[in-house]
Amino acid sequence: MQVPQISVFLENKVGRMAEVTEVLAANEINIIALSVADTSEFGILRLIVNKPEVAYEKLKGEGFTVMTNFVVAVEVDDTPGGLARILRTLTDASLNVEYMYAFVERSTGRAALIFRFDKEGEAIKVLQAAGVNILQKVDIFQN
Amino acid sequence: MAIWDPSNETMPRSRLADLQNERLVAVVKRVYDKVPFYRDRFTSAGLTPSDIKSVADLQKIPFTTKEDFRSQYPFGLLAVPKRDVVRIHCSSGTTGKPTVVGYTRKDLDTWSGLVARFLAAAGVTADDTAQIAFGYGLFTGGFGLHYGLEKIGATIVPASSGFTERQLRLMCDFGVTVLICTPSYALYLGEAAVNMGLQEQLKLRVGCFGAEPWTDLMRESIEAKLGILATDNYGLSEVIGPGVAGECTERRGHHIFEDHFIAEIIDPETGQVLGEGQTGELVLTSLTKEALPVLRYRTRDLTALHSEPCACGRTFVRMDRVHARSDDMLIIRGVNVFPSQIETALLEVEGTEPHYQIIVDRAGGMDILTIEVEVNPELFRDEMKAMVALEEALLNRLTNTIGMRPKLRLVEPKSIARSEGKAKRVIDKRKQ
Ligand SMILES: [Zn+2]
Repeated sequence: MQVPQISVFLENKVGRMAEVTEVLAANEINIIALSVADTSEFGILRLIVNKPEVAYEKLKGEGFTVMTNFVVAVEVDDTPGGLARILRTLTDASLNVEYMYAFVERSTGRAALIFRFDKEGEAIKVLQAAGVNILQKVDIFQN
Repeated sequence: MAIWDPSNETMPRSRLADLQNERLVAVVKRVYDKVPFYRDRFTSAGLTPSDIKSVADLQKIPFTTKEDFRSQYPFGLLAVPKRDVVRIHCSSGTTGKPTVVGYTRKDLDTWSGLVARFLAAAGVTADDTAQIAFGYGLFTGGFGLHYGLEKIGATIVPASSGFTERQLRLMCDFGVTVLICTPSYALYLGEAAVNMGLQEQLKLRVGCFGAEPWTDLMRESIEAKLGILATDNYGLSEVIGPGVAGECTERRGHHIFEDHFIAEIIDPETGQVLGEGQTGELVLTSLTKEALPVLRYRTRDLTALHSEPCACGRTFVRMDRVHARSDDMLIIRGVNVFPSQIETALLEVEGTEPHYQIIVDRAGGMDILTIEVEVNPELFRDEMKAMVALEEALLNRLTNTIGMRPKLRLVEPKSIARSEGKAKRVIDKRKQ
């Protein structure tokens, strides 16, 4: 139901992000989705990868501050208003989105979203009740 | 407020001078006979005990320093046979060996009485319930305060350090009226009490704080949050522990218990003795310690002495609250800042010890204080909201503690250079 996400603390140094991707590449880890949140001083890089456990260990071994948590991946209808419908469903249920980012699900070529919810369990129920397709781990990692 | 030992604490200065002279001559003779270290020092200086006839001759005696304690580690400075020592305490040895001190049974009794003096001066009585949130152990704070409170007859809650929620719960449940801890922990407890909505349930009225320098800003903040009169006391383990000096409720400095200690102020650079009211390094000579007397011990604490009479009736000189140590203080925009304060503040926010570095620079004639804190896995969150909240919490804590708003930078682990396993804490670019 939930998808493991790797987060990395980055000082805004040129090349730091490149170093993360190099560590992943060297260990044959594919990046499926990523997002960066930053202030002028530091950033949080969030990654969905095909081998999260390996990614976590390797990045930690390289001295990065890294953590794993679980996020929710949701398929978005390929029709006008697809995203709007999902967000409306969440808003109506008074569910807060901590952050979200988009990616393309390779097996279907369809748009998908990663959500970090405050109340995750509740959010999943509400979305399922509204007929939204919540992606399983396998959907993402089969590629 | 009651004076614990009125016959001594209010003794006329002339009688005090006689007492000091008599006790100094005796202690000099004793350490010369019993402690090879002092005998060698006297010999190198061309002195014999007969050269010290009164306090006026004190300046002839060489200083004793923390390094001397280290070179005599562990028991070289003892003036009694080991079998007469009933207790050992040490200072924290953050650099090099710890400094070891011993106490005879009589020393413990003297110590208890001295702590009772400053507790009584702060208004503590047998009717009080006092919670000791100092660690009990090698550090002199926990036991020292414990003995003094027992002497006074207060009800002691020996909570020791840490477990903030439990500390507050005990204070509420037991109706604790007196809080004993470091000022920074008092501030932290105050903030926790506010956050937990416990302010109304607290019965605290007096705080007796010590063991670290603190600011007036902290004092105001502690008093407001805990609803107490916050008093400071002074001491150091090399001399006896807490109980060298304490504030009376006039709060115009700390009365030094001069029947047991002689205080001098020196220029830390030249060693010259300074006059009344001039700020310099405090030097203490213990007059009554049996197990480990010290002659002219350099405390590295900067203060000044004042002898005009105090409204409380005590005749002892007063020393200013110690704001600074001669060896590690930074002066930033005129404000004295200590690495130890910054460390304490950081520790308090998350309960973990983050690696940090203090960088002082100057731009446009202005000092700039930047504190870099390494983000370890305990501090890291995937949500920006949480990271920004952490940054704010750290900044507020630091600002409260040091009395000015620094710049804060969250940095990656290991980005702060370490040498010999220990990070270099302070980089003062103004000096480069
Ligand atoms: Zn007074």
